[in-house]
Amino acid sequence: MAVTEPRRIYTGSRIPAPIPTVLQVPADVTDPEDILQVNFGPNHPSTHGVLRLVVDLSGERVVGLRAVIGYLHTGFEKNMEQKTWWKAITYPERIDYVSFQNNELAFVLAIEKLLGVEIPPKASWMRMLLCELNRIHSHLVWLATGALELGAISMFWYCFRERERILDLFELCCGTRMHTRYFQAGGLAEDIPRGFFPECRAFTERMPGAVDEYEMILDRNAIWLERTKGLGLLSAADALALGQSGPVLRASGVDWDLRKNQPYLAYDEVDFRVPVYYNGDVYDRYRVHMVEMRESTRIVAQALDRLEGMFGEPWIVDDRRFVLPPRHELHTSMESLIHHFKIVTEGYRVPEGEVYIPIESPRGEFGCYVVSSGGPKPWRVKFRAPSFVALEATATCMSDALVADLIAIVGSLDTVMGEVDR
Amino acid sequence: MHLRDEEGFNFLSDIAAVDYLGWGERHVAGYFGTAAGRDLGSQSAQGFARTPQPKPARFAVNYQLTSVPVGRVVRVQVWLEDGQSVASVVEVWPTADWHEREAFDMMGIVFDGHPNLSRILMEDDWEGHPLRKDYPLGGEPVRFSGDE
Repeated sequence: MAVTEPRRIYTGSRIPAPIPTVLQVPADVTDPEDILQVNFGPNHPSTHGVLRLVVDLSGERVVGLRAVIGYLHTGFEKNMEQKTWWKAITYPERIDYVSFQNNELAFVLAIEKLLGVEIPPKASWMRMLLCELNRIHSHLVWLATGALELGAISMFWYCFRERERILDLFELCCGTRMHTRYFQAGGLAEDIPRGFFPECRAFTERMPGAVDEYEMILDRNAIWLERTKGLGLLSAADALALGQSGPVLRASGVDWDLRKNQPYLAYDEVDFRVPVYYNGDVYDRYRVHMVEMRESTRIVAQALDRLEGMFGEPWIVDDRRFVLPPRHELHTSMESLIHHFKIVTEGYRVPEGEVYIPIESPRGEFGCYVVSSGGPKPWRVKFRAPSFVALEATATCMSDALVADLIAIVGSLDTVMGEVDR
Repeated sequence: MHLRDEEGFNFLSDIAAVDYLGWGERHVAGYFGTAAGRDLGSQSAQGFARTPQPKPARFAVNYQLTSVPVGRVVRVQVWLEDGQSVASVVEVWPTADWHEREAFDMMGIVFDGHPNLSRILMEDDWEGHPLRKDYPLGGEPVRFSGDE
């Protein structure tokens, strides 16, 4: 563990006024000749999609900043209103293409809450296992690209080595590497293949050593430390006011993790630690990500222990109002075939109601607000995207920063533009 | 709404606007299955199992609030007709800035006192509010720059 020396973040609030998300050029800059306005993006490799930042520079100092988003807006929420509940499950995954399983989970949990079903323990534990693998995957992509942007190219290869293994595990279990659609309302789509357990076990044994390697590369790297420590400051009060969540919030010294504070699935039955750091800078956000990867590996190992003892248990509830009949029945029972066809084409109904389900996605609080009118399609789906909120903090984090640190700071907020624009 | 500040709801998770135009009208049929599978005895009815509860107004704006150290959550609902506006909460929770802009962009809900109420996801000169229920789903003319 690296030694983190205590650092006072700053006094008071640095959220710009009157618009909290726009850093305006201060009035004392009288000569407009001094200000250079630069468009950062929308097509810049380090924007993780298409983000445009309009930056006002005075020399190398950033004095004004405004984020322009919407380039990836594809109307997911509107599309989901036109699809049956059954088909809409595929949409949330594609919103954030790095933490697909967590997003899928939020929507499936919302359907289940409206339906009022209890899922079998095996499904609960498997969902948790996959979500934690997905969290490691998402953090690896963050670390790989974040370090790559600061010049540490080798980090990219190291991280993607483990990422490949995780994607292989997804493929082994769910059939596809990404956008797995493995969670159904009521449980899992298929039983867990037996070959999954030894492979996943091997991964959990390997992962802590891999995190050691990343830390060996970065933790004593003078360039990395210079370019991350003390930058992009965000105090605890400002982070809360700006609605930050996940690693950004925890790096600012707020001990808040929905897995601990509002447990869902079986998170109250596993042993894990929530890392909290107090400097609120880019380096602490990096530390939070590293510790979370270790803790997620521990959760995966504990879930494996449980799941190995659940062989033969059901993976989905036996309630055919919304669960497809088992495959073998389709060959022998006409009624089952019709039932299967009806559910897929016309869709099952979900009782009237509205529900907001927040979960701790790798980026923070991913919320899913769903309104059902009792029909076969969602009336309204609204996602609370943590990336969207994280970008709101750019102006606060960037006050007094240099243009060279822009990439490190924006990268540390861990935004995925697909999720921002939806 | 500002009272919430004293009650400790220091964290605004989300602002979700909903359009209830056409709520409770007949829809394309969904499927009624029973827990055991298909039941030939029950009619496969069209429409709803029961008519949904009527809503007080066309639009609802939902504020999801959390008190972070305690963990209490609350949802505040504001009901609006088309053309009515609601007070902005940006001064209470700065994070509301983009959430309110999104609600304005997608649903056309006006927030009084918002410092910068402009479109956020759609282009600045876009017409209409895409997530309203009366927004056309297809057949919009494609704009080419050469046409202008």
